[in-house]
Amino acid sequence: MLSSKIFVDKLRGNGFDFFTGVPCSLLSGLIAELEAIPEIGYIPSVREDAGVGLCAGAYMGGKLPVLLMQNSGFGYSLNAFTSLNLIYKIPVLVIMSWRGCGGNDAPEHIIMGDINEPLLKTSGMEYSVLDADNADQVLATALKKINVEKVPYTLLVKKGLFDERH
Amino acid sequence: MKGIEAFEALAPLLKNEPTVLANGFISRAFFNVTDRKENFYMIGSMGLASSIGLGVALAQPERKTLILDGDGNVLMSMGTLAMIAACAPKNLIHIVIDNEVYESTGSQRTLSHEIKLEEVAKSSGYKQVMRVTRPEDIQPAYEKLYKAEGPVFLLIKVEPSFDSSQGRVTHTPEEIRDRFMESITG
Repeated sequence: MLSSKIFVDKLRGNGFDFFTGVPCSLLSGLIAELEAIPEIGYIPSVREDAGVGLCAGAYMGGKLPVLLMQNSGFGYSLNAFTSLNLIYKIPVLVIMSWRGCGGNDAPEHIIMGDINEPLLKTSGMEYSVLDADNADQVLATALKKINVEKVPYTLLVKKGLFDERH
Repeated sequence: MKGIEAFEALAPLLKNEPTVLANGFISRAFFNVTDRKENFYMIGSMGLASSIGLGVALAQPERKTLILDGDGNVLMSMGTLAMIAACAPKNLIHIVIDNEVYESTGSQRTLSHEIKLEEVAKSSGYKQVMRVTRPEDIQPAYEKLYKAEGPVFLLIKVEPSFDSSQGRVTHTPEEIRDRFMESITG
């Protein structure tokens, strides 16, 4: 398990200073941690694609944004990533819960769980699977992609990585 | 009033405000009226002018920020009106050019003939909303809202007027981003 508090500290320590998202139970501990710190100013987005737009504007205004979502929201966001971030070169760190991973989940998550990685790959969205031991390493990779190549970078989160608070 | 008249009335009022322009007719027509580095022309990502503009306004709270939106874009992302109202950036002016159609795809109708978008914005919690229908009313309305505390909403009702022979935005997406960011931080 990875402590939500430690991970939020790592994100802030690496310069991330703008946080928004649409919740997932797998990310509930992380969002609770963000919401507990008023100066973070976590913004609930109404839809994942609105979160993509919000982060794009914040990045161009000088922020380093993080967008949290369930992988179901990846479908809603796909056009925003392909016709905004990837062509204008506007980066964002996406923390995406991997519902349906391994086929063991509620029916609505099974297909997206199966195609999550291929869909990221085929749409040119680079990613890593975040685990309990690789946070520093994947954040370093993410920052390089964000600062040098100026593309979105996704961290996939499996069930049980963060504490769930609901 | 034709859409193009609305742009011609607005253009001289803009100073150095970062301005996010919706895709389609809005970006293309305004590009041909006045191209400025503060213009972020959206060429895709329909519906997201409002969320992009909100992001800029929150990141740059000391700078007036404009969204030049269309009725189709607003209807696609009506939930973003709630986000804007909830975040309540004092520096945000949301302008909607409402021609009641998806003009750049052949003028298929939207729903804004029946739905008053400025009332949706008001109900969502925008601090002030105005609706104008004559070109001569644009300047006084804009100046009034500019002085007011945001977020504010100006709906400009227009007739379709898009000339599809007019050029598309000639800058590449990366050039648009670089110019826009430089205008904010440079």
